[in-house]
Amino acid sequence: MEKISSVCPYCGCGCGLYVHVEKNTITGISPSKHHPVNKGSLCVKGWNCFEFVQHPERLKYPLIKKDGVFQQASWEDTLDLIAANLTKIREESGPDSIGILSSAKCTNEENFLMMKFARAVIGTNNVDHCARL
Amino acid sequence: MAGLASAFGSGAMTNSIEEIDNARVLFVIGSNTTEQHPMIAMHMLDAVDKGATLIVADPRKTQVAGFAQIHLRQKSGTDVALLNGIMNVIIDEGLVDISFVKRRTENFDDLEKIVRAYSPDVAEKITGVPADEIKRVARIYATEKRSMLFYSMGITQHITGVDNVRSCANLVMLTAHIGQPMTGLNPLRGQNNVQGACDMGALPDVYSGYQRVSDPKARRKIGNAWGRKLPARPGLTMIDMFDAALSGGLKAMYIMGENPVISDPDSSHLIEAIKKLDFLVVQDIFMSDTAELADVVLPAVTFAEKDGTFTNTERRVQKIRRVIRPMFGAMPDWKIISEVSKKMGYDMGYRAPHEIMEEVALLTPSYGGILHHRLDNFGIQWPCPDTSHAGTPFLHRKKFAKGLGTFNPVDFAPPAENTDAEYPFILTTGRMYFRYHTGTMCRRTSTLEREEPECFIEINPKDAGRLGVRTRNRVRVLSRRGEIVVNVLVTDRTPEGIVFIPFHFRDAAVNLITNPAVDPIAKIPEFKVCAVRIVPLIPKPGERQKSLYNRKEDIKILLELYEEPKV
Repeated sequence: MEKISSVCPYCGCGCGLYVHVEKNTITGISPSKHHPVNKGSLCVKGWNCFEFVQHPERLKYPLIKKDGVFQQASWEDTLDLIAANLTKIREESGPDSIGILSSAKCTNEENFLMMKFARAVIGTNNVDHCARL
Repeated sequence: MAGLASAFGSGAMTNSIEEIDNARVLFVIGSNTTEQHPMIAMHMLDAVDKGATLIVADPRKTQVAGFAQIHLRQKSGTDVALLNGIMNVIIDEGLVDISFVKRRTENFDDLEKIVRAYSPDVAEKITGVPADEIKRVARIYATEKRSMLFYSMGITQHITGVDNVRSCANLVMLTAHIGQPMTGLNPLRGQNNVQGACDMGALPDVYSGYQRVSDPKARRKIGNAWGRKLPARPGLTMIDMFDAALSGGLKAMYIMGENPVISDPDSSHLIEAIKKLDFLVVQDIFMSDTAELADVVLPAVTFAEKDGTFTNTERRVQKIRRVIRPMFGAMPDWKIISEVSKKMGYDMGYRAPHEIMEEVALLTPSYGGILHHRLDNFGIQWPCPDTSHAGTPFLHRKKFAKGLGTFNPVDFAPPAENTDAEYPFILTTGRMYFRYHTGTMCRRTSTLEREEPECFIEINPKDAGRLGVRTRNRVRVLSRRGEIVVNVLVTDRTPEGIVFIPFHFRDAAVNLITNPAVDPIAKIPEFKVCAVRIVPLIPKPGERQKSLYNRKEDIKILLELYEEPKV
């Protein structure tokens, strides 16, 4: 079994923890002993923060809605559809007719990229996330 | 954050979590720390063991209030009056740190003028907190050198959210409890990376590191790096976006890892707005209520399947690591964005997240020295201007980010919605220990799910007696916007006249009824105050209690199982 250092995905405390992995499956969590925030402890959410990762209800493939029903699609087709639609709407109604919501659950890198996507690729400052909630 | 920025020039927790252990006074306002930030509360309780005084200001008798030596139960939405009352005593009794106020701050005279009007007796009338308690807290907080102030959503989720934060900032500057270890103004942030998302500029008016889009120099610097001319006008906030969608101005949305249908106020209005969009992309790990409404849904990955960094509430940038391969056919969010961008003719060209961080460091002064290979030892706290810098445990040491700290005096203003004969109760919302936000993650964790499977409303025993309801009865809760059906929990945690519902439950989404009125500056909705009416429900003979499932169309079906008591 391998123990890999990471950070809890729940609240703003940012507790240090180890993810236990065996054959590409997470088997458990243990707290980081010397981490300045949690000093060897974790709350109930931290101890259990791996169960949802391997939950069978996880989204498994891209979905495109046709006549009100979601249908499985390939990454290639889905990305093409998104690019075509966003490009069309930007050309017809201007970049400010598109809004982007980034996420306080995603990484810094992903948030930076999302705001770069909004500002450099789409050309709008309509980018926000749920900081206020 | 707007409130903090106008006082100090930057919005973040000023001090570090580790410092709490050795503080002497912990003043917690509008945060149920033991339930919402359990590991921060652990440090607080350590400090209390060492003799620190814990003061909690919260209308509810929260778990953390149970540990407090002093618990101020101000009426919901009267925080400004309470803080002004405390400052009145500090000024009146000569407890102001005059040399600090002279050297480091401006606008003290204006503060004095406004605060003069809030004598402890006046504050008592507005807040319901006894004048003697206000005096006692003022003296303890001001005279002790190592006093830390904490706040959370109980302060910000009001139409006066920015005013509340400004009042807190006024208080710490008045007593010079800032710029030193074991002091400061410490917002406890809810989501694991809400600090990081703000730092990275996922906001309509700033780039990463809070560089303003309206500043031509910042715009040119970042535009040159990206090879594009960038728009100068600040964009729409989330709530403005949904209004624009409703009026037809906004045609498409791309939502990553958010579930606004559950988390935003007045959700029926929001669903209507989303349905009006021509095109909606949702990128998430589970099929959320928002994703159900999308045209395209993209499967993203969790924290265990990608590399990257999170920034916690004390500005600590820490590394997460890919521990397993992406599950099923999912893709990391950063890769999805790069691919969409490439298809739209802009090749971002990143091979891994650490390359993105190098670009962040290049363009963001406060993250200048933050690179993946430097973060192995419990991360780095920004500001960290270059790779020789070890990070900053506490802010505003010699001067504030903006130079002088500014007192922004504020007058008390009542909440947007008042109770009346028809809607006599104040509803406040919040979180609980076993739950997290809209429940996308925790509802799929059996240990957490079994603890509190159904939504409840906390009602004071006296109110419950008057309504004739007991724990586990069902009630209808109606506001001016909608209604939900929930179970009753009779408890003195909640004072008379106030009821509490946690917002985690999609089967009884309290945000169907909350008030979407927002703070005019920060645009934070007033989740903490809305007027409601409570109607007890009695099961019809022979009907068994069905589990709660409260979407608009289901409430009718649910209600048919009950009859209302005859008055």
